[in-house]
This record gives sequence, C-alpha cells and structure tokens, in this order.
Amino acid sequence: MDHDSYSDAYLKGVLEDVRTIAVVGASDNPLRASHFVMKYLGDKGYTIIPINPGQAGKEILGHRVYAALSDLPEPPDMVDVFRNSDAAAGVVDEAIAAGARVVWLQLGVRNDDAARRAEAAGLRVVMNRCPKIEYQRLFGEIGRIGVNSNIITAKKRPVKPTKKLI
Amino acid sequence: MSEKKSFGFETRAIHAGAAPDPTTGARQTPIYQTTSFVFDDVDEAASLFNLQKVGFIYSRLTNPTVAVLEERIANLEGGIGATATASGHAAQLMALFPLLSPGDEFIASTKLYGGSLNQFANTFPRAFGWKAVFADTDTPANVKAALTEKTKAIFVESLANPGGIVTDLEAIATIARDAGIPLIVDNTLASPYLIRPIEWGATLVVHSTTKFLSGNGTSVGGAVVDSGTFDWSKDGKYPALSGPEPGYHGLKFHETFGNLAYTIHGHAVGLRDLGPSQSPFNAFLTLNGIETLHLRMERHSTNALTVARFLESHPAVEWVSYAGLESSKYHALAQKYLPRGAGGIFTFGIKGGYDAGVKLVESVELFSHLANIGDSRSLIIHPSSTTHRQLDAEGQTAAGAGPEVIRLSIGLESADDIIADLAQALEKAVG
Repeated sequence: MDHDSYSDAYLKGVLEDVRTIAVVGASDNPLRASHFVMKYLGDKGYTIIPINPGQAGKEILGHRVYAALSDLPEPPDMVDVFRNSDAAAGVVDEAIAAGARVVWLQLGVRNDDAARRAEAAGLRVVMNRCPKIEYQRLFGEIGRIGVNSNIITAKKRPVKPTKKLI
Repeated sequence: MSEKKSFGFETRAIHAGAAPDPTTGARQTPIYQTTSFVFDDVDEAASLFNLQKVGFIYSRLTNPTVAVLEERIANLEGGIGATATASGHAAQLMALFPLLSPGDEFIASTKLYGGSLNQFANTFPRAFGWKAVFADTDTPANVKAALTEKTKAIFVESLANPGGIVTDLEAIATIARDAGIPLIVDNTLASPYLIRPIEWGATLVVHSTTKFLSGNGTSVGGAVVDSGTFDWSKDGKYPALSGPEPGYHGLKFHETFGNLAYTIHGHAVGLRDLGPSQSPFNAFLTLNGIETLHLRMERHSTNALTVARFLESHPAVEWVSYAGLESSKYHALAQKYLPRGAGGIFTFGIKGGYDAGVKLVESVELFSHLANIGDSRSLIIHPSSTTHRQLDAEGQTAAGAGPEVIRLSIGLESADDIIADLAQALEKAVG
C-alpha cells in the first residue's frame, strides 16, 4: 500500500464503508481539531465513540466517552487517531486488538511500522490525512471556501445531506 | 475520471472547481446572485459560524460562484486554496493582512507595478503601520541585506510591469526560506499558464484577475493563493494564524485547520472583517475567461514577440525591453522561468522623449489608450503621464517608467494589423 498518496476511490471506499468511528485523543475543548472532526462526522451520520481516559464516563457532544479501545462493548468500524506518530503505534495495536477494520492516523501523524502490522492483520490504513477534510473534499464541500479539491468531473456532485435530513 | 492522478493545464483551466449544478444539472457555473443562504436548522447554523462545517452563510465570506473561481485559480497555480477578492489591490491587502502587525516590515521589489508601489509606500504604513522596505531584486543579495527581525514577508512580481522584468524566483525563495518568512509573488502578468511561482518556492501567489485571467477587460477582481507549505506556528511570528482568534472564541487557525489555515482565515477573518469580496457576476465572467487562458497566453506571447521584433528594428525606437528578445537582460531568466512565452506586455523607448510619447498614444487607432493590461484588445499607455505620474522622476526611472517609455499590452488581433497601427503612429509622433 502506497501511503504517500491515496486514490480518491480508496478514501471514498473507507468513508462510505464505515459507520462507527472511535476517536482516540478526543477532546472536550470545542476549539480542538478532534472536537471539530467529531462534530462534523457525527453530523454526517457516523456513530462517534470518544476515547479519552481523562474523560471516561462523561459525555462529549452527547457521546459517552470510553477510557480505552479495549473497553468498547463492540468493535468500532474505524479508529481515528489524534496522537503523535510515536504514540500512534500503540493505538494501532489496540485498534487491531479491538477488531477495527480501518485505522486512520490524523494529518501530521504517520507510523509505517504500525501501518504494516495493521495491514498484515487485514485492516485498511490511512495516514497523515484528516477524515473531515477528505469527506468535504470527496463529497463536494471543501471548494465552498476556496480549497482545491483536485477533483475533475463532468458529473453532478450532490453534497451528502446531514443526518437530520436523511 | 477523478481517479486519474493529474490532469493537464488545459483540462483544469476548463473544469477545475466546477461541476454540473447538483440541483438543476446546469452545465455552466450559475451566477448565485444572492447575499445570503438559509440554514437547515440552528445546529447547522452554529456549525457554520463555528467553522466546524464549511458552507454558505453570507456572500461577503463565501459564495458558490466565487468559490468555483477560487478553486480553479488555486488548482491552476498548484496551491491548496485561494481567496477571491474585489480587485488585485484588495488581494495584496488580504495577502499581507494575516502576516503583519503594526510596526512590522516586508521587503518589496522596487520594480512593482506603480499602483502597488503607491499602496505599499504610502497607504499601508499610514493606515496599518506596515513598513515596506524596497529592494532592487535584480540583485537577490539586496533582499538578503534588507532583512531585519521585523521582516514578515518578501513581495515580488514574477514578471514585472512595466518593462519585461523577470524575477529570479528560485534565488529569492531561497532567501525567504532561510529567513523563515513567506515569499509572496504577484503572478498577474505571466498567469499560471506561463509560470507557477509555487513550483519555484513561493508561499503565496496574488493576482489581479482583471488582466489575463479575465481576459476581456470586463471584470475587476483579484485572488490570493496559498501553497499550503508554510508552517505558520513554528516561531510565533504569525500570531493571527498561530494564536487564538478572539472573533472565534480563541480558535487557533493553524492548529485546527493545518495547511488549510491561511485560506480559511482569508475568508473567515479577512473577508469577514475587511470586506473586499468579489461579486458573483465578476467571478462568472472571469471563470469564462480562464477557460481559454492557455490559448490566449500563447497568442499574446507570439504576437508580442512579433511586435517587439518589429519595434527593435524601427528607427524611431531607442530600445525595446521584452524578456522574449535576445537583447533583453532578462532573456536568460525568461528562458528558465517562462519557456512557453514571455507574455503580452512590454515597454519600449521612443525617440523624442515625453512629448513624442504623448503624441504616439494620441495617434494610435487600433490600440486603445487606457490604463489596463491583459485585454484581448491591444492597449497602449505612456506611464510617466498616467499610471506612474504619482512617482517623482527618480521613482519613475527606477520603476522602468521614464519619460520616453511606452507600455504595450499586445492583444489577440492580427499581428500585421497591430504592427501597421504602430508604424503609422510612430510616423506621426517622430516623423
């Protein structure tokens, strides 16, 4: 798997396939990037499971917070990792153990050894990307604020509605 | 089709940023002539105002037609995003706005467009406390020598107006990178078809879209493009991007939005608080212009070279300054940076000085005597009596706009007709 560049089809496949996303490093501070991502993906209809040992048992954005991936009653489809590249290695191993199908390391986070272990265990891996940015880019939203989506198409690109309209 | 890794410039000039309208199927980008947009509910409105979701609130910040133009220009320049503005001057204000605080400095080329020199030398320091330190960028060491602790950016033109001046972007970009500050390049005259400054190390690119991007002289506009490559947080030099923004409850743009920070700040703070947004109608016309940018820039360049060669051999002409000519001191730089052509704009010196220059611009019949460039029509101006008259004699000469200088913006007419008009007017002016 080439982790320097991902095809749009690969990223779209991941985002269309998963329904539950565990967010490791979930912050209750509404100004932090992890909070933005949880709010956005939750509004898009994903089930969000915040993971943060300091907030365990409390709620973030109405979602119950768990201390660790090993505490989850059911395997999450995807684990989104807001930790640095070194710390991400352990989280990836926990994601494998928890039965996740996708592990996604945030923009700026990359650990190739951990990615190889996850892929050997049958998980799909995305690194150094943000699922919120990719969702907005692939489904026709990011250009609304002048960002280059790099998408060329002569097909209609309907913007996916928020969960309240589905 | 979207799986192809990279499309050609021509394809992107026509398609980037645009797609058939998702509701109606309209193939051409519609003009969304509306000030405001309804919210689904209070929660969606809150997400939009908190920047947790990008979308449309009010056309001072974002507008669907303008957004297509922004994405197209960002794509053609190889940037991560762009902010469209009401004019090229507004783009310069918007480009510097997140970078400088009162008392800060930026280094600017002495050979910028006269209107830029005026904005930088007079209005910016008086209104904002931003001090422009001018340096002759023909010698890149001058830029290095002008650096101080307060320098927050370097501003140059890729191809400067007037006079066919080509900037050694790679050399200046190295100085900027070593100093840890962004290089801002005005790419108006070259357009991204002839040169893409980001590929040579620029952090930001600004445009007057009024010129070649629009192409027909219909619409005033501008744009700021971000490469997405600069680390705004590394040393606290750029607190507007790295520090808390009070207008958004203390949000830190770079921490939250990563390499999209500059573009999102441009809309969410720059356009929100300074207000120079582009109108949807101007964006629509400019988008239509960009669809033929590649074809036009080729013809502008070949016509200009043909006319420059004619003038170089004309007895009433002292000199011709066009980077496409072998005689130009910028010819080697043009071959490096502008291999597809040296653009449509150049200057020449008429024998007989100021009076002959005035007579020439009053004698042309096909050329339009006006203060613009980058039109499909051929344009002529005598800078020392018009665009550069706000500068003193020394400043005019330093900017390449002395009394004998005539600036031409060569259009897309038949080259023979352009030459014939200049020939008859030179005859009347010099005799």
